[in-house]
Amino acid sequence: MSVNQHTHAGPPYGQPQPGYQGYQQPAYGGQPLPGVPHTQYGAYNGPMPGYQQPVPPQGYFPSLGFPSKGSPVSLNSDTSLAPNFIGSVRALPTSGAPPPASGTSLPSGHQGYSQFGQGDVQNGIPTSTAPMQRPPASQPFLPGSAPAPVSQPSTFQQYGPPPSSVQQLSNHMAGMTIGSTSISAPPPAGLGYGPPTSVPPVSGSFSATGSGLYAPYTASQGPPPPSVPQGLPLAQPPFSGQPVPTQRLPTEVPGFAPPPSSTGIGPSSYPPSTGAPRPPPMPGPPLSGQTVAGPPMSQPNHVSSPPPPSTLSGPHPGPPMSGLHGPPPPTHPPQPGYQMQQNGSFGQVRGPQPNYSGAYPGTPNYGSQPGPPPKRLDPDSIPSPIQVIEDDRSNRGSEPFVTGVRGQVPPLVTTNFLVEDQGNASPRYIRCTSYNIPCTSDMAKQSQVPLAAVIKPLATLPPEETLPYLVDHGESGPVRCNRCKAYMCPFMQFIEGGRRFQCCFCSCVTEVPAHYFQHLDHTGKRVDFYDRPELSLGSYEFLATVDYCKNNKFPSPPAFIFMIDVSYNAVKSGLVRLICEELKSILDYLPREGNMEESAIRVGFVTYNKVLHFYNVKSSLAQPQMMVVSDVADMFVPLLDGFLVNVNESRTVIASLLDQIPEMFADTRETETVFGPVIQAGLEALKAAECAGKLFIFHTSLPIAEAPGKLKNRDDKKLINTDKEKTLFQPQTSFYSNLAKDCVAQGCCVDLFLFPNQYLDVATLGVVTYQTGGSIYKYAYFQLETDQDRFLNDLRRDVQKEVGFDAVMRVRTSTGIRATDFFGAFYMSNTTDVEMAGLDCDKTITVEFKHDDKLSEDSGALLQCALLYTSCAGQRRLRIHNLSLNCCTQLADLYRNCETDTLINYLAKYAYRGVLNSPVKAVRDSLINQCAQILACYRKNCASPSSAGQLILPECMKLLPVYLNCVLKSDVLQPGPEVTTDDRAYIRQLVTSMDVAETNVFFYPRLLPLTKADVDSDSLPAAIRNSEERLSKGDIYLLENGLNIFVWVGVNVQQALIQNLFGVSSFSQISSTLSTLPVLENPFSKKVRSIIDMLHLQRSRYMKLIIVKQEDKLEMLFKHFLVEDKSLTGGASYVDFLCHMHKEIRQLLS
Amino acid sequence: MATYLEFIQQNEERDGVRFSWNVWPSSRLEATRMVVPLACLLTPLRERPDLPPVQYEPVLCSRATCKAVLNPLCQVDYRAKLWACNFCFQRNQFPPAYAGISEVNQPAELMPQFSTIEYIVQRGPQTPLIFLYVVDTCLEEEDLQALKESLQMSLSLLPADALVGLITFGRMIQVHELSCEGISKSYVFRGTKDLTAKQIQDMLGLSRPAVPIQQGRPLQAPEQPVISSRFLQPVHKIDMNLTDLLGELQRDPWPVTQGKRPLRSTGVALSIAVGLLEGTFPNTGARIMLFTGGPPTQGPGMVVGDELKTPIRSWHDIEKDNARFMKKATKHYETLANRTATNGHCIDIYACALDQTGLLEMKCCANLTGGHMVMGDSFNTSLFKQTFQRVFNKGLNGEFRMAFGANLEVKTSRELKIAGAIGPCVSLNVKGPCVSENELGIGGTSQWKICGLDPCTTLAIYFEVVNQHNAPIPQGGRGAVQFVTQYQHSSTQKRIRVTTIARNWADAQSQLQHIEAAFDQEAAAVLMARLGVYRAESEEGPDVLRWLDRQLIRLCQKFGQYNKDDPNSFRLSESFSLYPQFMFHLRRSPFLQVFNNSPDESSYYRHHFARQDLTQSLIMIQPILYAYSFHGPPEPVLLDSSSILPDRILLMDTFFQIVIYLGETIAQWQKAGYQDMPEYENFKHLLQAPLDDAQEILQTRFPMPRYVHTEHGGSQARFLLSKVNPSQTHNNLYAWGQGGCPSRGAAEQPSTSAA
Repeated sequence: MSVNQHTHAGPPYGQPQPGYQGYQQPAYGGQPLPGVPHTQYGAYNGPMPGYQQPVPPQGYFPSLGFPSKGSPVSLNSDTSLAPNFIGSVRALPTSGAPPPASGTSLPSGHQGYSQFGQGDVQNGIPTSTAPMQRPPASQPFLPGSAPAPVSQPSTFQQYGPPPSSVQQLSNHMAGMTIGSTSISAPPPAGLGYGPPTSVPPVSGSFSATGSGLYAPYTASQGPPPPSVPQGLPLAQPPFSGQPVPTQRLPTEVPGFAPPPSSTGIGPSSYPPSTGAPRPPPMPGPPLSGQTVAGPPMSQPNHVSSPPPPSTLSGPHPGPPMSGLHGPPPPTHPPQPGYQMQQNGSFGQVRGPQPNYSGAYPGTPNYGSQPGPPPKRLDPDSIPSPIQVIEDDRSNRGSEPFVTGVRGQVPPLVTTNFLVEDQGNASPRYIRCTSYNIPCTSDMAKQSQVPLAAVIKPLATLPPEETLPYLVDHGESGPVRCNRCKAYMCPFMQFIEGGRRFQCCFCSCVTEVPAHYFQHLDHTGKRVDFYDRPELSLGSYEFLATVDYCKNNKFPSPPAFIFMIDVSYNAVKSGLVRLICEELKSILDYLPREGNMEESAIRVGFVTYNKVLHFYNVKSSLAQPQMMVVSDVADMFVPLLDGFLVNVNESRTVIASLLDQIPEMFADTRETETVFGPVIQAGLEALKAAECAGKLFIFHTSLPIAEAPGKLKNRDDKKLINTDKEKTLFQPQTSFYSNLAKDCVAQGCCVDLFLFPNQYLDVATLGVVTYQTGGSIYKYAYFQLETDQDRFLNDLRRDVQKEVGFDAVMRVRTSTGIRATDFFGAFYMSNTTDVEMAGLDCDKTITVEFKHDDKLSEDSGALLQCALLYTSCAGQRRLRIHNLSLNCCTQLADLYRNCETDTLINYLAKYAYRGVLNSPVKAVRDSLINQCAQILACYRKNCASPSSAGQLILPECMKLLPVYLNCVLKSDVLQPGPEVTTDDRAYIRQLVTSMDVAETNVFFYPRLLPLTKADVDSDSLPAAIRNSEERLSKGDIYLLENGLNIFVWVGVNVQQALIQNLFGVSSFSQISSTLSTLPVLENPFSKKVRSIIDMLHLQRSRYMKLIIVKQEDKLEMLFKHFLVEDKSLTGGASYVDFLCHMHKEIRQLLS
Repeated sequence: MATYLEFIQQNEERDGVRFSWNVWPSSRLEATRMVVPLACLLTPLRERPDLPPVQYEPVLCSRATCKAVLNPLCQVDYRAKLWACNFCFQRNQFPPAYAGISEVNQPAELMPQFSTIEYIVQRGPQTPLIFLYVVDTCLEEEDLQALKESLQMSLSLLPADALVGLITFGRMIQVHELSCEGISKSYVFRGTKDLTAKQIQDMLGLSRPAVPIQQGRPLQAPEQPVISSRFLQPVHKIDMNLTDLLGELQRDPWPVTQGKRPLRSTGVALSIAVGLLEGTFPNTGARIMLFTGGPPTQGPGMVVGDELKTPIRSWHDIEKDNARFMKKATKHYETLANRTATNGHCIDIYACALDQTGLLEMKCCANLTGGHMVMGDSFNTSLFKQTFQRVFNKGLNGEFRMAFGANLEVKTSRELKIAGAIGPCVSLNVKGPCVSENELGIGGTSQWKICGLDPCTTLAIYFEVVNQHNAPIPQGGRGAVQFVTQYQHSSTQKRIRVTTIARNWADAQSQLQHIEAAFDQEAAAVLMARLGVYRAESEEGPDVLRWLDRQLIRLCQKFGQYNKDDPNSFRLSESFSLYPQFMFHLRRSPFLQVFNNSPDESSYYRHHFARQDLTQSLIMIQPILYAYSFHGPPEPVLLDSSSILPDRILLMDTFFQIVIYLGETIAQWQKAGYQDMPEYENFKHLLQAPLDDAQEILQTRFPMPRYVHTEHGGSQARFLLSKVNPSQTHNNLYAWGQGGCPSRGAAEQPSTSAA
C-alpha cells in the first residue's frame, strides 16, 4: 500500500500542494475552515506523509475523476464485491468546480486513483457483481493515475466544488482505517471516469473490465495502496509543502475542516482518535482529505498502516467516532512523533492548523479542541449517496430491466428505468434485500443480512408498462398446487406430457385440470406458454370465483364514506367549508375500473362532533335529511336506504347537502369530539350495506367526549429516553385494536386526515387506520391559506387512487425458507395471512424470511405473493407476483447481490416496530449492532486481507452506514425537543407502509441546487449531499424528503434570482410563510415551479413547501434534514458515525 | 220516585255527580249492609255552558289539614265577616277583598246554584298546549299515506300557538327537529336500548350544559327557549315544514324478510317521547299521541318476537302463563305511564291493525294518564280518521274539549272517608284524615291526578261511612263532599272547579225505605261494574263473576221481597228493578268476558268503560236496541233474540258498534228494490230512519263506533246475535225467525223495559 501510495504520492505531493491551494481557493476560499473542510480534506488519511505525497496527486486525480462519479468511497469492498477501498481516494475534490466536465477529463487521471483504490480491490472481486461500476472506474484510474498526478493540482481546484463527489474516506484519525469504503469510490470511479462509466454499465462487462483493471492496478499499485496513497499524499502535500502547505493546509484544513477536525479534533472530542490520527494522518490525511472519500480514509490508513497502528489504538480509546481512528489517544503523543517522523509535513500541518482555527492548532489542539476532532474523515472521501445514485442512474437507467433472469439485482429505486416482465415480478412490485440468499440458515445467521422482500402489490406502473393481465380460469377457479395451494406460475414444471405439473414450491405433483391441459413442446414447455400470462409473466391477475368471496357471495361494489368533524375548531378554521367544497368536485373522480363509464363506488356522508349526523341523500328526496345519532355509547346506523348512494343519481341532493353542512354548523360551539363511534358508525354502515369500503375521516382533536374510545391527554415528553418511552407509541386503550379487527373483518378501511392544534394521540387514533391498511394525513395547525393546497391534493389523490378492498395477502416460498415476519399497515389473525381492509397503490408490506431448511443453489428460491382483493368495481381478484432468487453457498455472493435501500427499508420498519416494545436506546443499539455484524461478517469472510484498521465495505452496502445513521437520527429514534409525540407516532406509522423509494428519500432527503438548474432542459439539477457545507450562500436549494419541500435561500443570492423566484426585490422581503411560490413569468421561476411539480408527482403525498431563509429561525428545522451533519439533537454526523461503525466492526472482528 | 229521578238528574246536570245512594245510611255497619257501596260518579269537567267562571282565587279554610273551599254550605257570619268551614268547622275570616260581603251581596260561591263553581287563577307562566306525534312507520304504504294525511290535516285543527313535535319510529326512532330550514334534521335512537330520561335529554342536547366552559367565547344568553323549541315548535310557525316533513315520511326502510314482522320499537319511541317532554315541559299540558300499526317487536316493551310463526299472545296463552314478553312489557309501559303522569302529560294510543298491537301491555299508558285509546283495523278507515279528528273537537263555547294536568281533591265531612277512585287517574298519595284504610279502586289518597280529561271523563269515587252505630247523627244532619279539581284549561288557563254536595243521613233501620227510594240504580250499576272491571284486571274472570253474583244476591236479599222457596213471589221495588238486568248484561259483556275477545280488545273495552260517563257506560253494559217497523214509531226493544223479527229493522248501539240489522223480509224487500219505487217511498223512509239515527250517534260518539250495516243471515249479523239475550236458540226453535211474541227473558230479567 504505502508503497503504492508513495509512488503516487511522489508526484502528487508536489502537485498536490498546489492542487490544494487550488482547492482551497475554490472551495475553501469561500469558506474558511468550516465550509470547505469536508470536501477535500477527505484527505485526512493522514497516512504517512509519504503517503500523502503520493496520495495527493492521486487523490486529486481521483478526486477529480471522482467528482463526477461521485466520490465513491473507496470501499475496499474487497475483491469480492466491488469493494472500494476507502482509503483511496479522495479524488474528486480535485476536479472540483468545473466538475462535470473537468471531472470527466480529470477523471481519467483521477480515476486512476480511485481505481486504484477501488479498482484494485473492488475490481478484483467485484467485477462479477455490481462492482461493475467500480471496476470501470478503476480502469480509468490506472491510466488516469499516471497522468493524474500531474494534472491533479489543477484538477483539484476544479473539483473543489464537486468535492462532494469525492467520497473517499479519509481516515484521518485513524488514519488508517475507515478505510474507505469502497462505496463512493467505486461509483466515482465509474462516474468520474465518465468514459468508464459507460462501459461499466453492463455488469458482465464490468467484471471483465474490472478484472482487467485490477490487474493493471495491482500492477501499478497495490490495489488498496493506491487509494491510500492518495489520501496520504494529499495530506502530506499540505504538510509537506510547508509553506505552501500551510496555506493549503489552512485552506485545506478549512475544507477539510471536517476531516481536519480529525486532525485537530482528534484531540478533544475524539481526542484520542482524532488527536492521534490527525497528527499522523492529518498531515497525510489532509491531503487525502480531498480524496477523502470514505474509502480513502481506510485505505490510507491501510497504507499508512504504520501510523495507523498508533492511531488505531488511539482512536479506539477515544470516543467511538474517533474509534475509527483508533490510534489517537496514545497517538497524540505518538502522533506528533509520527508526524514528525513521518513528515516534516506534520509539523507543518499543525502549523497551518493553528492558523486555521484554533482547532487545528497542532497537537495542542488535538488535545484541547474538541471541535475539530469530530471531523476526522473527509466527508468527500466517504461513500456518497449522491454518487451512488448518479452512477446507477447513468449505468442502468438507459435500458429496460428485463426480469427473465433469476436473481438479478434491479436498478436502484432512484433510477428511472422500465421493466420488461419476463417471468419475474417487476421490482416495482417486489424488491428484496438480497437477490442471492444463503443456502443455509447458518450462513444467514452469520451474515446477519436480513432476508426480506418489500412488496407493493398494487404498485402503480408507468404508462409504458402494461398492467398485469387478468386471467380467467373459469368456474373451477385458478389452477393451483394441490398441497401448498400455490397458484400456477412460470416456475411450475409440467411433466408427463403436460398432464401433470410439479409445484415449484413444494414439489407436489398435481393433475392438470382437463380444461387447462396443453401439450408440451420439445423443451418441455407448454405450447401455449406465451399465450398465458400465468406461464410467462411474473405478475398477473386471476379472476376469483365465488369460493374466494366472503360468505360465498360475490361482493357488492365498495363504498366511500366521508366523515367530517364539525366541531368548533374545524368549522372555525374553514376546514369544513373547504372539505365540502372539494367533495363536490372530487366525487366525480372516484376510482373506476378500466373503462367503466362511472364509478361503481357509492358514497355516504357523516358529520360529527360529540354526536354523529348521518345524511340521507337518496335521489328521490328534494332535500337531504340529517339524522343525528347521539347514542354514541352504542353506535348504530340510523338509515339504510339513501345513506350510500350513487353519485350521479343523487348529484343534486349531495350538492345541496355539501352546501348546507358548513351553514348548519357555522355557529356551533361544540368543542368536544368523539372518535371511536365514528369508525363504528362507518363500520356499521358498511355492514348494513354488506359491502367493503373506505372511511375518510377528517378529524381535529383529541376525542375527549364521553364515548367508547374516549382518550386522555397522556402526552409526556418526560418519558423520552426512559423505559416508558415506548408507551408513547402504544395505543392508550385496546378499544381501537378491537375495533380494527372488526373493521378488517368487514373490509372497512379507514383513512384519517388529522388537523390537530394540539396533542391528539396519533398513536391511538391511528391504530384502526394502521391495521386496516389506511393512510394517515396530518396537518398540524392547519391554516386555510397555507395548507389547503396540500390537503386538497392529498385528498384528491387519496380518493382517486387505485385501491383494493377486503384484501388478503399470502406469501408462499419454496421449501427451505418461510415468511416469518411482516411489517406494514395490516392486520394478521394468523401467522401467514396478511389481511387488509383496504390496500392502495402506495401501500407496501415488508416481509421477512427465515430459513427452516436448506436451499439449493440449483433451484434457487421462489417467492409467490398472492393478493386476493375486491377491485373498486366490486370484482374479486387474485393478483399474483412471482420472484425467483439465487441461492449461494458463498457469503460473497450474498454481499454482491444486496440492495441497501431495501435493507434500510426493512431495518427502519423493524426498528420502528421495535420502539413499541423496547426502549428506543435498545432499538438503536441493536440496529447499530446488526449493521456492524453485517459489515464485520463481510470484512471477515469476503474482503481481501488487509490491515485491521481498514474499514472495508461491500460495494452494495457502502451506503449502509450513512443511511443507517439517517434512520438512527430520525425523529422516531432520536427526537429533538421540537418534535411532538404525535409527529413521532405519525412518522412511525408512515414509514411502516413506505416502499423503498419513499424510505430512501425520507431518510436521505434529496437536496437540489436550484440555481444550478438548467432552465432550458426538463431535467433536475444534480443533487448534492445533505450537508450544510455543501450549501453556498449565493444559491437557492431545494430539499425534499417525501413529506416536505424546503426552499433554502442563501443570504447572498443575487437579487435578480430573488426577484425572479419570489417576486420581491430583496432577501429580507421574502416571506417565509409562503406555501407556494408565486407564479412569475420568467424562466427561472417556471423552472423551479416545474421542478416542484415534478417532485409532487413522484410522491404519494403532496409535500409541504417551506421557504427557509438562511439564518432565519426556520433554518433550524431545515438543518435537521441535512442528515450528513451532526444534528442538534445529538445525532452523529456521517463522518462520526462511520468512525463509530468502524470501531464497532473492529471490536467484532477482534 | 219521580222526585228522586228529577233530583238525580238535576244534580247530575248541575254538579256532574251521581251517587249510588242519595240518602246515606248513617252508620258504618248499616252502610256495609247496603251491599252497593256509597259512591259516586263524578264528571269533573262536565260541560256547563251556563257556568261562567269567576276570575278570582277561591277562599280556603285556614286549617292546614282541611283547606276546603268556601261553598254554599258554609255558615257565614256576615257581620263578623266570618265563615265556618262545613268540613272541619274551623271559623275563618274572609279575606279583605270580601269586606263588602252581606246577605244581599254574596259572592257567587255562596249561592246555592253555584254548588259547582269554576275559578280562573293566574298562576305561573302559561305554556301553550303541546302535541307530540309518535308515528309508526312500519305500515303498509296505503295505511301510512292515510295516516300522513290525517296528521297533516290535524295541524289545521290544533290551536295556532300549540307546540307540536314529531317522533317517528320503526326499527329506529327518529326525533325530528322542526326548526331547521333546508335540511330536515332528526335525532335517531336505536330501538333496542332503553334509555333513562337523563340519557335521552343528553342525547337530544336538552340537558342544560353545566356552564359551558369555552375558551374566549362569551357566554350567551340562556338557551332554554332555543333548546326546547328544537323539537317542539308552534304550529303556526312550522306547519308548512311539518306538512312537508310528513309528506316525505317514508316507510321504515329496513328490509323485512319473509316470515318476519317488521321491527317496531314502540317501547323506546314512547320512552323517548316521555323523556323529551319530561325534560322540557314538565307539568304543562301535553299530549303524546302514539300511532301504531302493529305490535312492538323489539327492545324494551316488545310484545311479540319478529317471527311471524309465533303469534301474538292470546288470552289462552296468558292463562297458561305462556306470554313470555307480557310481564316485562307491561312493566315497561307502566313505568312510562307513571312517569308521564308525574309530569302531567298524557298518552293517546291510536292502534290500527288487523292483528293485536299490544294494547294489553300498553293500556296503562292511556289508562293512567287519561289519554285516549283508539283501536281500528286500519288508518285508512273513517273510524280512525274521524275519531282522530274528533280529538280536536271544540265544545259549545268554542274551546277544545280537552284539559290537562288535573288534580282532583276530595274532601268529606267527618262521617265519611274516601275509599278510592276508579278512572283514568293516578294516586297522588296524599294521606289525610278523610282517607279510609279500606281501599276500593285506587285508594289510600284524597287526591288523584288526571293528566288528560275531557268533559265526559268520569271517575268513580268510593266512600266509606265511618260513623259508628252508637254515635247517631242528629236528625237532619247532612254529609258533605267537596271535589276540587285544579286543571289546565285548553286555553292554557289554570282553573279550579269546585263542587260541593251534601246528602241527608238516614238511619237505615228506621228509615230504610227512604234510603231505598234514594237508590240510583243506574249509577249503582255502573259503580259496581267499575269495581268489577277493576277487579277483573287483576283477578281471574270467574272470581269476579262470582263476586258480582254474590253482590247481586245479597242486594236482592236485602231489598227484595219474597217468600222463601217461592221464586215467583220475588219482587224488587222500582228503584232496583233494572239493576239485575244490568248485572246480567254486565256478566256477558266484553268487560268481564274475555271469550271471543283478544287481550287487546278487552283492554280497549275496559279502557273506555273506566272513563265514560254514566249514560255511555250503561250503553256499554247493556246495549240499546231500537226497532223500526211499519207497525209504529221506532221503539226500544228488549236486548233479546226474540226482538229479532223479519219485518223489523234493528238498530243496536253497543257504544263500540252501531249495528243496523235488516230483518229477513225487509232485506228481501230491499234486494227487490222496493225502496226505489215511488209507490213504496214509505219503505225507503223506513230504511232511512235507522241510518239517520245511527248517523246522529256517530256524530257525537268518541271514539267513533264501528258501523255495521247488515241483514238477516249476513255474516256481520254476529255482532247483533252475540249481544242479545239468547232466549231463543236453535234449541228452542219455536220462536226463531218467527214472528211470535217475544217471550220473557231469563229469570233474572225483570219486566220493565229500559228507561
